[in-house]
Amino acid sequence: MKIDIILAGVGGQGILSIAACIGMASIEEQLHMKQAEVHGMSQRGGAVQSHLRISDKPVASDLIPEGNAELIISVEPMESLRYIPFLKNNGWIVTNVKPFINIPNYPEYEALMAEINARKNVIAIDADEIAKQLKSPRSSNMVMLGAASPFIEMPFEAIEKGVREIFGRKGDEVVNKNLEALHAGRDFAQKIMNA
Amino acid sequence: MQKLLLLGAEAIAQGAIDGGMSGVYAYPGTPSTEITEYVQHNKLAGERKIHSQWSANEKTAMESSLGMSYAGKRTMVCMKHVGLNVAADVFINAAITGVNGGMLVTVADDPSMHSSQNEQDSRFYAKFAMIPVLEPADQQEAYDMAYYGFQLSEQFNVPVMIRITTRIAHSRAAVAQKPLQPENKISLPTDLKQFILLPAIARRRYKGLLSSQESFEISSEESKYNKYIDGADKSMGIIACGIAYNYLMENYPDGNLPYPVIKLSQYPMPRKMVNKLAKETKSLLILEEGYPIIEEMLKGYLEKENVKGRLDGTLPRDGELNATLVAKALGFNVPEVGTVPAIVANRPPAMCAGCGHIDAYNALNEALAVYGKGRVFADIGCYTLGALEPYEAINSCVDMGASITMAKGAADAGLVPAVAVIGDSTFTHSGMTGLLDAIQEGTPITVMISDNFTTAMTGGQCSHAYGKIEDICKGLGVNPDHIRVFTPLKKNHDEMVKIMKEELEYNGVSVIIPRRECIQTMGRKKREDAAAN
Repeated sequence: MKIDIILAGVGGQGILSIAACIGMASIEEQLHMKQAEVHGMSQRGGAVQSHLRISDKPVASDLIPEGNAELIISVEPMESLRYIPFLKNNGWIVTNVKPFINIPNYPEYEALMAEINARKNVIAIDADEIAKQLKSPRSSNMVMLGAASPFIEMPFEAIEKGVREIFGRKGDEVVNKNLEALHAGRDFAQKIMNA
Repeated sequence: MQKLLLLGAEAIAQGAIDGGMSGVYAYPGTPSTEITEYVQHNKLAGERKIHSQWSANEKTAMESSLGMSYAGKRTMVCMKHVGLNVAADVFINAAITGVNGGMLVTVADDPSMHSSQNEQDSRFYAKFAMIPVLEPADQQEAYDMAYYGFQLSEQFNVPVMIRITTRIAHSRAAVAQKPLQPENKISLPTDLKQFILLPAIARRRYKGLLSSQESFEISSEESKYNKYIDGADKSMGIIACGIAYNYLMENYPDGNLPYPVIKLSQYPMPRKMVNKLAKETKSLLILEEGYPIIEEMLKGYLEKENVKGRLDGTLPRDGELNATLVAKALGFNVPEVGTVPAIVANRPPAMCAGCGHIDAYNALNEALAVYGKGRVFADIGCYTLGALEPYEAINSCVDMGASITMAKGAADAGLVPAVAVIGDSTFTHSGMTGLLDAIQEGTPITVMISDNFTTAMTGGQCSHAYGKIEDICKGLGVNPDHIRVFTPLKKNHDEMVKIMKEELEYNGVSVIIPRRECIQTMGRKKREDAAAN
């Protein structure tokens, strides 16, 4: 197996917590992985992305070649479209619908969502709202990971274990909140896929 | 042993710790910062009391590192590529003094300029200094090379460069550790004149360096990091340097590359290996992440050789490589991919909401309005983002410290008032000496030292300027009446404008200091305090 994932968002939104959980899961599964991150200037509110590559064979390039990604996970709607050149024809976009507006020329929201929804293979989810309902507003990224999990060719238990490992040092309460968020996101995606 | 999941930068730090390093010296700079930060937070490094405090700049860092090497211990100095410009003097000369304890110079280049002013290739510097270079292709090699690099440095009695680029510095992969080495004991150089570069000694040392070149090359020929991988199709031979090897192999997922390849990760270039490849193949394709240094060496001026790469357009002349660019160079048809929808707007980095630099710039723009645009020389840091809309408050960003000296030169030319904008950490990195030039001549410049108590752009490392700026300025000779401190807040806007206008009018050196903590470090401290309670 091999799966190439683009994680997208805005500097400061914490996309690396998602990458870390999947990365930990892939190590649990004895898979090879490489994960390229963005540090430095762009972290100041700019567009950021992470390339996450997992395979049962050694991974060569740290960057995903264009047209090779199975999945884009974006914690911000406009950012989900920025990396389309990397997505395979039949690849999936899993995106949060809550916009992060820190530029004067942010597109009109309805038009943006129409553009996203016009694509095939999209899961658009209000991760912030779901996290809020779970009384855990800071775990929206785990809602996103949960919504993306059906497209990650790995046992769901491995991803759960990854979340436990990553948040473990913050205590059981934080771990459980994040697991709850993970499940809520997964349920949401599966309902759409089965509809 | 359990593998560690490490960034390339972190792998170098761990490799150096395990290889017996006694001290790392550095000034933060993307993409090199995480090397030193890793040592600062590493438990074993703490137990061993491995030095890992930040230095004032790259030059002081490398000199301290050389001093530690003099005393017999293993040491590493880290910087981003432009940091090596700052440290170039000691760098070139350290190749001539040689080392005592093993010394690694780890430089992180930034092709495509993700966070930098240029994309210079540090391998040129190593060639200039005539020292060996190790260029890892992946995170495991990054670890291994730091671990093994100390021995190489001690064996050849020169500093060894480890050259990485952004992609390897900031990409994570599993890394296997090697057994922990003991630190070197303190020991003086056998020859106590080794480090005295008086001409008579320097000439002798330099001849020694020249005569060592052959042994460096033999080491490259025999290096486990340089591999000649034969292939049946001799129409082309490929030299893939460092991380470019990965982009090559990405195009052959089952590993069956038809052409002979040299995977090149230790320099100087292994001449015999390259000659063999050139003899056996009809043409050469050179894949380099950075400048076409190997390509230029092989191609020469006469262009008799059939060498393809960045110079003939087979690959782009600038920017990072990737697997797709390499696929095109190999003659593969690259499938059409989707395009970015037109609705997607650019999202450049910006100063954070609530940042003190914003209030300072708003006041400065107003204070300068009567003089017109084009008078503000800025520097390297978050405040460089003041160049962007809606502020458009600055007119230069060249190198660390250049704000004050460029303002001075402009004022010498008659552009008065001229303003310099510099951050607290950049001021102590390279701004103080320039300020002294201006004081010496009483040049009418207004220097705004925007003090946020930290080295913010690279993630909030300690600033050597903390609590010292006024004393430094007074000590250098700035008239205390023209050192003006205020808090950059919206509510203080009118007061700030008034102070700035007064100092712009002053016919001498004035220093204005907007002072407010970086909101990123302030937020982090609050979260840490909350977590601790």
